[in-house]
Amino acid sequence: MIDYIWAFVVGGLLCVVAQVLIDKTKLTPARILVIYVMAGVLLTGIGLYEPLVDLAGCGATVPLTGFGYSLAKGVEKAIEERGAVGILTGGLTATSAGIAAAIVFAWLAAICFKGKPKD
Amino acid sequence: MEMNDSDYKKYAERRAAKSNLPADCAKAFLVGGLICCIGQGFYDLYTALDISEDNVKALVPVTLIFIASLLTGLNVFDNIAKFAGAGTLVPITGFSNAVTSPALDTKAEGFILGVGAKIFTVAGPVILYGTLASVIYGIVLYFIETR
Repeated sequence: MIDYIWAFVVGGLLCVVAQVLIDKTKLTPARILVIYVMAGVLLTGIGLYEPLVDLAGCGATVPLTGFGYSLAKGVEKAIEERGAVGILTGGLTATSAGIAAAIVFAWLAAICFKGKPKD
Repeated sequence: MEMNDSDYKKYAERRAAKSNLPADCAKAFLVGGLICCIGQGFYDLYTALDISEDNVKALVPVTLIFIASLLTGLNVFDNIAKFAGAGTLVPITGFSNAVTSPALDTKAEGFILGVGAKIFTVAGPVILYGTLASVIYGIVLYFIETR
Protein backbone atom coordinates (compact mmCIF):
# COMPACT_ATOMS: atom_id res chain seq x y z
CA MET A 1 0.00 0.00 0.00
CA ILE A 2 2.80 2.40 0.88
CA ASP A 3 4.19 1.81 -2.65
CA TYR A 4 1.00 3.26 -4.08
CA ILE A 5 1.02 6.28 -1.80
CA TRP A 6 4.56 7.17 -2.87
CA ALA A 7 3.72 6.53 -6.53
CA PHE A 8 0.69 8.80 -6.21
CA VAL A 9 2.49 11.61 -4.37
CA VAL A 10 5.67 11.67 -6.48
CA GLY A 11 3.84 11.17 -9.80
CA GLY A 12 1.26 13.79 -8.84
CA LEU A 13 3.93 16.32 -7.82
CA LEU A 14 5.81 15.89 -11.11
CA CYS A 15 2.55 16.80 -12.85
CA VAL A 16 1.98 19.80 -10.57
CA VAL A 17 5.42 21.23 -11.49
CA ALA A 18 4.45 21.02 -15.18
CA GLN A 19 1.04 22.57 -14.48
CA VAL A 20 2.69 25.55 -12.78
CA LEU A 21 5.01 25.93 -15.80
CA ILE A 22 1.99 25.85 -18.17
CA ASP A 23 -0.02 28.39 -16.17
CA LYS A 24 2.80 30.75 -15.18
CA THR A 25 5.12 30.74 -18.20
CA LYS A 26 4.64 30.82 -21.94
CA LEU A 27 6.05 27.30 -22.29
CA THR A 28 3.89 25.12 -24.56
CA PRO A 29 3.14 21.51 -23.57
CA ALA A 30 5.54 20.23 -26.28
CA ARG A 31 8.39 22.26 -24.78
CA ILE A 32 7.57 21.01 -21.30
CA LEU A 33 7.74 17.40 -22.51
CA VAL A 34 11.16 18.08 -24.07
CA ILE A 35 12.37 19.70 -20.84
CA TYR A 36 11.05 16.75 -18.81
CA VAL A 37 12.83 14.13 -20.91
CA MET A 38 16.13 16.03 -20.85
CA ALA A 39 15.78 16.69 -17.11
CA GLY A 40 15.25 12.96 -16.62
CA VAL A 41 18.52 12.18 -18.41
CA LEU A 42 20.40 14.87 -16.49
CA LEU A 43 19.02 13.90 -13.07
CA THR A 44 19.81 10.23 -13.72
CA GLY A 45 23.33 11.15 -14.83
CA ILE A 46 24.08 13.03 -11.62
CA GLY A 47 22.57 10.22 -9.55
CA LEU A 48 19.47 11.98 -8.24
CA TYR A 49 16.74 10.16 -10.14
CA GLU A 50 17.57 6.57 -9.20
CA PRO A 51 16.72 7.12 -5.51
CA LEU A 52 13.38 8.60 -6.59
CA VAL A 53 12.65 5.48 -8.67
CA ASP A 54 13.56 3.29 -5.67
CA LEU A 55 11.16 5.30 -3.51
CA ALA A 56 8.22 5.88 -5.84
CA GLY A 57 8.40 3.11 -8.49
CA CYS A 58 5.94 3.98 -11.22
CA GLY A 59 5.47 7.42 -9.66
CA ALA A 60 8.94 8.19 -11.04
CA THR A 61 9.06 5.94 -14.12
CA VAL A 62 5.63 6.71 -15.64
CA PRO A 63 6.07 10.52 -15.93
CA LEU A 64 8.14 11.62 -18.91
CA THR A 65 11.20 12.22 -16.73
CA GLY A 66 11.11 8.42 -16.40
CA PHE A 67 11.52 8.19 -20.17
CA GLY A 68 14.73 10.20 -19.73
CA TYR A 69 15.71 7.87 -16.88
CA SER A 70 15.28 4.84 -19.20
CA LEU A 71 17.36 6.54 -21.91
CA ALA A 72 20.18 7.26 -19.45
CA LYS A 73 20.11 3.81 -17.81
CA GLY A 74 20.14 2.23 -21.28
CA VAL A 75 23.27 4.16 -22.21
CA GLU A 76 24.99 3.14 -18.96
CA LYS A 77 24.19 -0.53 -19.56
CA ALA A 78 25.15 -0.48 -23.25
CA ILE A 79 28.52 1.20 -22.61
CA GLU A 80 29.27 -1.42 -19.96
CA GLU A 81 28.35 -4.27 -22.32
CA ARG A 82 29.75 -3.11 -25.65
CA GLY A 83 31.94 -0.06 -25.10
CA ALA A 84 31.82 3.15 -27.12
CA VAL A 85 29.15 1.91 -29.55
CA GLY A 86 26.82 1.80 -26.56
CA ILE A 87 26.86 5.61 -26.51
CA LEU A 88 24.70 5.45 -29.64
CA THR A 89 22.71 2.24 -29.09
CA GLY A 90 21.84 2.45 -25.39
CA GLY A 91 19.15 5.11 -25.28
CA LEU A 92 16.86 3.93 -28.06
CA THR A 93 17.39 0.26 -27.19
CA ALA A 94 16.08 0.83 -23.68
CA THR A 95 13.09 2.85 -24.86
CA SER A 96 12.33 0.88 -28.03
CA ALA A 97 9.30 -0.98 -26.61
CA GLY A 98 7.57 2.29 -25.71
CA ILE A 99 8.35 4.04 -28.98
CA ALA A 100 7.36 1.03 -31.11
CA ALA A 101 4.16 0.60 -29.09
CA ALA A 102 3.25 4.27 -29.55
CA ILE A 103 3.80 3.97 -33.33
CA VAL A 104 1.86 0.71 -33.70
CA PHE A 105 -1.12 1.71 -31.53
CA ALA A 106 -1.32 5.18 -33.14
CA TRP A 107 -1.29 3.63 -36.61
CA LEU A 108 -3.94 1.09 -35.64
CA ALA A 109 -6.03 3.91 -34.15
CA ALA A 110 -5.78 5.75 -37.48
CA ILE A 111 -7.05 2.59 -39.22
CA CYS A 112 -9.85 1.82 -36.77
CA PHE A 113 -11.20 5.22 -35.75
CA LYS A 114 -12.56 8.20 -37.63
CA GLY A 115 -10.24 11.17 -37.89
CA LYS A 116 -11.45 14.31 -36.20
CA PRO A 117 -13.22 16.64 -38.62
CA LYS A 118 -11.24 19.83 -39.20
CA ASP A 119 -13.02 22.99 -38.06
CA MET B 1 -13.64 29.32 -37.40
CA GLU B 2 -11.57 32.19 -38.80
CA MET B 3 -9.71 34.53 -36.54
CA ASN B 4 -7.23 37.30 -37.17
CA ASP B 5 -4.27 37.87 -34.85
CA SER B 6 -5.91 40.37 -32.51
CA ASP B 7 -9.06 38.23 -32.22
CA TYR B 8 -6.89 35.31 -31.33
CA LYS B 9 -4.98 37.34 -28.75
CA LYS B 10 -8.23 38.36 -27.07
CA TYR B 11 -9.48 34.79 -27.19
CA ALA B 12 -6.22 33.50 -25.70
CA GLU B 13 -6.28 36.12 -22.94
CA ARG B 14 -9.86 35.27 -22.06
CA ARG B 15 -8.93 31.61 -21.84
CA ALA B 16 -5.79 32.41 -19.85
CA ALA B 17 -7.70 34.61 -17.40
CA LYS B 18 -10.02 31.69 -16.64
CA SER B 19 -7.23 29.40 -15.51
CA ASN B 20 -7.04 29.02 -11.78
CA LEU B 21 -3.64 27.86 -10.56
CA PRO B 22 -4.56 26.09 -7.29
CA ALA B 23 -7.50 24.26 -8.91
CA ASP B 24 -5.42 23.34 -11.99
CA CYS B 25 -2.65 22.00 -9.75
CA ALA B 26 -5.06 19.96 -7.64
CA LYS B 27 -6.57 18.36 -10.76
CA ALA B 28 -3.12 17.67 -12.26
CA PHE B 29 -1.97 16.14 -8.95
CA LEU B 30 -5.01 13.85 -8.63
CA VAL B 31 -5.11 12.58 -12.21
CA GLY B 32 -1.30 12.36 -12.56
CA GLY B 33 -1.01 10.52 -9.26
CA LEU B 34 -3.83 8.18 -10.24
CA ILE B 35 -2.23 7.31 -13.60
CA CYS B 36 1.04 6.46 -11.81
CA CYS B 37 -0.90 4.24 -9.39
CA ILE B 38 -2.56 2.46 -12.33
CA GLY B 39 0.96 1.92 -13.71
CA GLN B 40 2.03 0.54 -10.32
CA GLY B 41 -1.01 -1.75 -10.36
CA PHE B 42 0.03 -3.22 -13.72
CA TYR B 43 3.63 -3.48 -12.43
CA ASP B 44 2.47 -5.57 -9.46
CA LEU B 45 0.08 -7.60 -11.62
CA TYR B 46 2.76 -8.51 -14.17
CA THR B 47 5.25 -9.28 -11.40
CA ALA B 48 2.67 -11.60 -9.79
CA LEU B 49 2.31 -13.35 -13.16
CA ASP B 50 6.00 -14.33 -12.95
CA ILE B 51 7.08 -12.06 -15.78
CA SER B 52 10.77 -11.11 -15.55
CA GLU B 53 11.60 -7.68 -14.11
CA ASP B 54 13.05 -6.42 -17.41
CA ASN B 55 9.90 -7.38 -19.28
CA VAL B 56 7.62 -5.90 -16.62
CA LYS B 57 9.50 -2.59 -16.96
CA ALA B 58 8.85 -2.65 -20.70
CA LEU B 59 5.23 -3.87 -20.48
CA VAL B 60 3.99 -1.25 -18.00
CA PRO B 61 4.60 1.73 -20.34
CA VAL B 62 3.34 -0.35 -23.30
CA THR B 63 0.07 -1.00 -21.44
CA LEU B 64 -0.42 2.68 -20.53
CA ILE B 65 0.44 3.70 -24.11
CA PHE B 66 -2.17 1.25 -25.41
CA ILE B 67 -4.89 2.56 -23.07
CA ALA B 68 -4.11 6.21 -23.88
CA SER B 69 -4.04 5.49 -27.62
CA LEU B 70 -7.40 3.68 -27.43
CA LEU B 71 -8.97 6.50 -25.39
CA THR B 72 -7.61 9.03 -27.90
CA GLY B 73 -9.23 7.07 -30.74
CA LEU B 74 -12.52 6.92 -28.84
CA ASN B 75 -12.34 10.70 -28.34
CA VAL B 76 -12.35 10.26 -24.56
CA PHE B 77 -8.73 11.26 -23.87
CA ASP B 78 -9.21 14.90 -24.89
CA ASN B 79 -12.04 15.30 -22.40
CA ILE B 80 -9.95 13.86 -19.56
CA ALA B 81 -7.01 16.04 -20.66
CA LYS B 82 -9.17 19.19 -20.60
CA PHE B 83 -9.91 18.47 -16.95
CA ALA B 84 -6.48 17.17 -15.91
CA GLY B 85 -4.08 19.48 -17.80
CA ALA B 86 -0.56 18.39 -16.98
CA GLY B 87 -2.00 15.39 -15.11
CA THR B 88 -2.43 13.49 -18.38
CA LEU B 89 0.33 15.31 -20.30
CA VAL B 90 3.32 14.43 -18.12
CA PRO B 91 2.77 10.66 -17.67
CA ILE B 92 3.63 8.42 -20.66
CA THR B 93 -0.08 8.72 -21.59
CA GLY B 94 0.66 12.24 -22.85
CA PHE B 95 3.40 10.88 -25.13
CA SER B 96 0.99 8.26 -26.49
CA ASN B 97 -1.72 10.87 -27.08
CA ALA B 98 0.87 13.08 -28.81
CA VAL B 99 1.53 10.29 -31.34
CA THR B 100 -2.07 9.08 -31.82
CA SER B 101 -3.67 12.52 -32.15
CA PRO B 102 -1.74 13.63 -35.27
CA ALA B 103 -2.16 10.12 -36.73
CA LEU B 104 -5.96 10.54 -36.52
CA ASP B 105 -5.95 14.18 -37.61
CA THR B 106 -3.85 13.57 -40.73
CA LYS B 107 -5.60 10.39 -41.88
CA ALA B 108 -7.46 12.40 -44.54
CA GLU B 109 -4.09 13.40 -46.07
CA GLY B 110 -3.24 9.75 -46.73
CA PHE B 111 -1.25 7.06 -44.95
CA ILE B 112 2.17 8.01 -46.31
CA LEU B 113 2.33 11.79 -46.49
CA GLY B 114 -0.37 12.27 -43.84
CA VAL B 115 -0.11 9.71 -41.04
CA GLY B 116 3.40 8.56 -42.00
CA ALA B 117 4.97 11.98 -42.24
CA LYS B 118 3.12 13.72 -39.43
CA ILE B 119 2.80 11.05 -36.74
CA PHE B 120 5.79 12.53 -34.86
CA THR B 121 4.85 16.20 -35.25
CA VAL B 122 4.52 16.59 -31.47
CA ALA B 123 6.39 13.58 -30.08
CA GLY B 124 9.34 13.93 -32.47
CA PRO B 125 11.03 16.70 -30.47
CA VAL B 126 10.78 14.52 -27.34
CA ILE B 127 12.53 11.61 -29.07
CA LEU B 128 15.10 13.89 -30.73
CA TYR B 129 16.16 15.80 -27.62
CA GLY B 130 15.85 12.76 -25.36
CA THR B 131 18.16 10.75 -27.64
CA LEU B 132 20.52 13.70 -28.01
CA ALA B 133 20.73 14.12 -24.22
CA SER B 134 21.36 10.38 -23.77
CA VAL B 135 24.21 10.42 -26.33
CA ILE B 136 25.82 13.45 -24.65
CA TYR B 137 25.51 11.64 -21.31
CA GLY B 138 27.02 8.53 -22.93
CA ILE B 139 30.03 10.48 -24.24
CA VAL B 140 30.67 12.05 -20.83
CA LEU B 141 30.25 8.71 -19.06
CA TYR B 142 32.52 6.91 -21.53
CA PHE B 143 35.35 9.38 -21.06
CA ILE B 144 35.03 9.37 -17.28
CA GLU B 145 35.10 5.56 -17.20
CA THR B 146 38.00 5.10 -19.64
CA ARG B 147 40.27 7.72 -18.15
